Amino acid sequence: MAALLWLIPFLPFAAFILITAFLRRPQKLAGYVSILAIAGSFLISLLTLREGWNAVIVKHDEHWKIDRVIDWLALGDLTLQLSTFADAIGAVMLVVVTFVSLLVQIYSLGYMVEHGEMDPGFSRFYSYLSLFTASMLGLVLADNFVQLFIFWELVGLCSYLLVGFWFFKPEAAEAAKKAFITTRFGDLGFLLGILLVFLVTGAFNFVEVQHAVEGGAFAPWLLTITMVLLFCGAVGKSAQFPLHVWLPDAMEGPTPVSALIHAATMVAAGVYMVARLFTLFEHSPGAMATVAWIGGFTAIFAASHGLVMRDIKRVLAYSTVSQLGFMMMALGIGGLAAGVFHLTTHAFFKALLFLGSGSVIHGSGEQDMFRLGGLHKKMPQTSITFAIGGLALAGIFPLAGFWSKDEILLEALKHGQIGLLIIGVVAAFMTAFYTFRAYFLTFLGEPRPNWVDPDGLHGADAPKYIVDVHHADPIAQHTYDPHGYFLATRGPAVYDDHGHSASAAESPDAHGHHGPASHSSEATSHAVHDVHGHGGLERGAHHAHESPATMTGPLWILAFFAIVAGFAGAPFLDNPFGHFVAPGVKHAPMNLGLAVGTTVSALIAIFLAYRLYGARPFVREPLTELGPLYTLMARRYFLDEFYNWGIGVFILAVSRGLAWFDKYVVDGAVNLVGWFADQVGNLLRHTHTGRAPNYALGVFGGLAVIIFVMLGR
Amino acid sequence: MAIGLNHYLVLSAIIFTIGLYGALGKRNAVVILMSIELMFNAVNIAFVAVSRYLPVPPGMPLNLGGQVFALFVITVAAAEAAVALAIILAIYRTRKTVSIDDLNLLKW
Repeated sequence: MAALLWLIPFLPFAAFILITAFLRRPQKLAGYVSILAIAGSFLISLLTLREGWNAVIVKHDEHWKIDRVIDWLALGDLTLQLSTFADAIGAVMLVVVTFVSLLVQIYSLGYMVEHGEMDPGFSRFYSYLSLFTASMLGLVLADNFVQLFIFWELVGLCSYLLVGFWFFKPEAAEAAKKAFITTRFGDLGFLLGILLVFLVTGAFNFVEVQHAVEGGAFAPWLLTITMVLLFCGAVGKSAQFPLHVWLPDAMEGPTPVSALIHAATMVAAGVYMVARLFTLFEHSPGAMATVAWIGGFTAIFAASHGLVMRDIKRVLAYSTVSQLGFMMMALGIGGLAAGVFHLTTHAFFKALLFLGSGSVIHGSGEQDMFRLGGLHKKMPQTSITFAIGGLALAGIFPLAGFWSKDEILLEALKHGQIGLLIIGVVAAFMTAFYTFRAYFLTFLGEPRPNWVDPDGLHGADAPKYIVDVHHADPIAQHTYDPHGYFLATRGPAVYDDHGHSASAAESPDAHGHHGPASHSSEATSHAVHDVHGHGGLERGAHHAHESPATMTGPLWILAFFAIVAGFAGAPFLDNPFGHFVAPGVKHAPMNLGLAVGTTVSALIAIFLAYRLYGARPFVREPLTELGPLYTLMARRYFLDEFYNWGIGVFILAVSRGLAWFDKYVVDGAVNLVGWFADQVGNLLRHTHTGRAPNYALGVFGGLAVIIFVMLGR
Repeated sequence: MAIGLNHYLVLSAIIFTIGLYGALGKRNAVVILMSIELMFNAVNIAFVAVSRYLPVPPGMPLNLGGQVFALFVITVAAAEAAVALAIILAIYRTRKTVSIDDLNLLKW
């Protein structure tokens, strides 16, 4: 198997090259090529996992791994290597990535075609997906920091390209930029950490670094600094507080992308990195505590956002942030197996939920939950699979999320982290509530295509986009509202997702932008939010239809795994997953009280959501009763405003100071050198008389000087 | 007083210095050319004198190195004079002057 491992990232990469070179016009063939490549990768990954499983579980070879390296770049004494490295965690990750990618790509065959019309970027979409999958697999197969960092940045690039896939939508272009720049902050720390590791140990290879750390190459404080810097990369990539703000906005990308990149794989790369370097983190209690508490805080903080979002994808986005926090928390506590286990199960059920929401958006052209409703009758398959995913996410026995979440809470209990345990339980309660709030709003009740907020309050994300185009000063808006500038300059034209600039007259949905009389911000957010808006076609929850089999098929497959994947780590089967990922580590025994307690609390949360959203017609958001707290959560704790303020005031002030310094001191020094040379030249040019005898005199004079000097010696 | 190597070298130096003065100080291009020829021949005198007075290498009838050099210099000087005179002629035809002071276009 080791000999074939390199094919895993190579196949999707070849598909990327093939599609980019030969299949650029939108055509089904691009999709088929990409799917075929990823299917091959999936097969090899499965075989790898089987080999690993046989080695570790059957033959009790705890040190099973595949590591093949080629020298890539020789720089003096230093040789950079490319590797195909897989151990238990890597093998699991390979299967997760290829499996979800395969299903998402099949699903996209349906999603990227609407009303029989292929998206103009169909082939581009598949080439990006292939490039992303190849990069992600390269990241998983890394056995050294350099390769890890290269592919780390490549997946970031692919995320940028795919979030901004509909780049003609200003929100998508902005979100892509935001995702890229925000993660850059984390990557800066990551890079510094890698350089620090190299500075101290002189090695990039994980194993060599590991030996150096065990040999005491790092002072304890230095190790903590290094590991926290490395963790910064994970904070950015896995959307942990305080860099989580990019992930909800990244929902502007096509929904399959959200499922693949922003739920199952790329955002899990941070968790994977921490898991991969787990033995290093273990040497630094400070770094472990940082990981645990950042993760724990993110889990509960993001969950509180999820309670009040009205865009179905944003609920799932905050849920993802929260669950990633859970994984980080597990790793920080010391539960390597629990964290990786939750990563695996989460990949299945969160991809399922995202694809389900994509099916809703595809079928109804609407993603504002307050305007959806009653879809269970129109999209029964989507509804049932979404419910399964929701139950798994909420942690209901015996679905996947129950087992993995329980493992994490058990680890917290085992290590005596009562504070984190309480955070976890509360976050789990919130998770169950917002998941089923989304489910009941979307699938039960009656369609509410013309719902208007009776309080005049906006949903969580609505105010960000709303700008009165005729009264706003675009520049002033720009300072605090990155979206406002573009809306304001864009004028009444509305772009739909197929790149046609539909004028307000042609598009019945574009009236929100049409004049000062139209202050209906709801209409504005409506028009802006329609990812799948199609001028002239009937849309909205009351016109919804079930999605094609290419989309429901993956939903059912994922639903199956959302139910059964948890048994791999179930205590009554002796937790084979845990033994596979972390052999030799004693696992906490099942705590029946904890398991029953969390399940009951999740059921209470679901019941509460049912009473508030399912049992009665939805007229106004019940959570607005919370008053200022609701506003705080709905406006995302004003973090975006704070960051914009930070950028607008603090960074600009610093930048102005630096600009002055650059202009007058740095440039001044450079100019001084130039001015000096200029003046000297001006003086010396007068020796250039044009009379040949003067030059000859110079020659002989020089000769005379040389002779005298030589005589004098 | 017998005439030795130093006499020849002093003569050579005197002629060379006269030539140098002429080359640097005169304005007429033809005179400068003549001065340069003077310098060449001063060098030739030194070559031949040294050739005569230095010890003969073992196995050789005479020390001929300096004389060979002198012949070379005469040859090259003849070629140089031909080219230089041609240039001076060409300049005279276009500028109607051979004064160096008027030929100072190549300056700041």
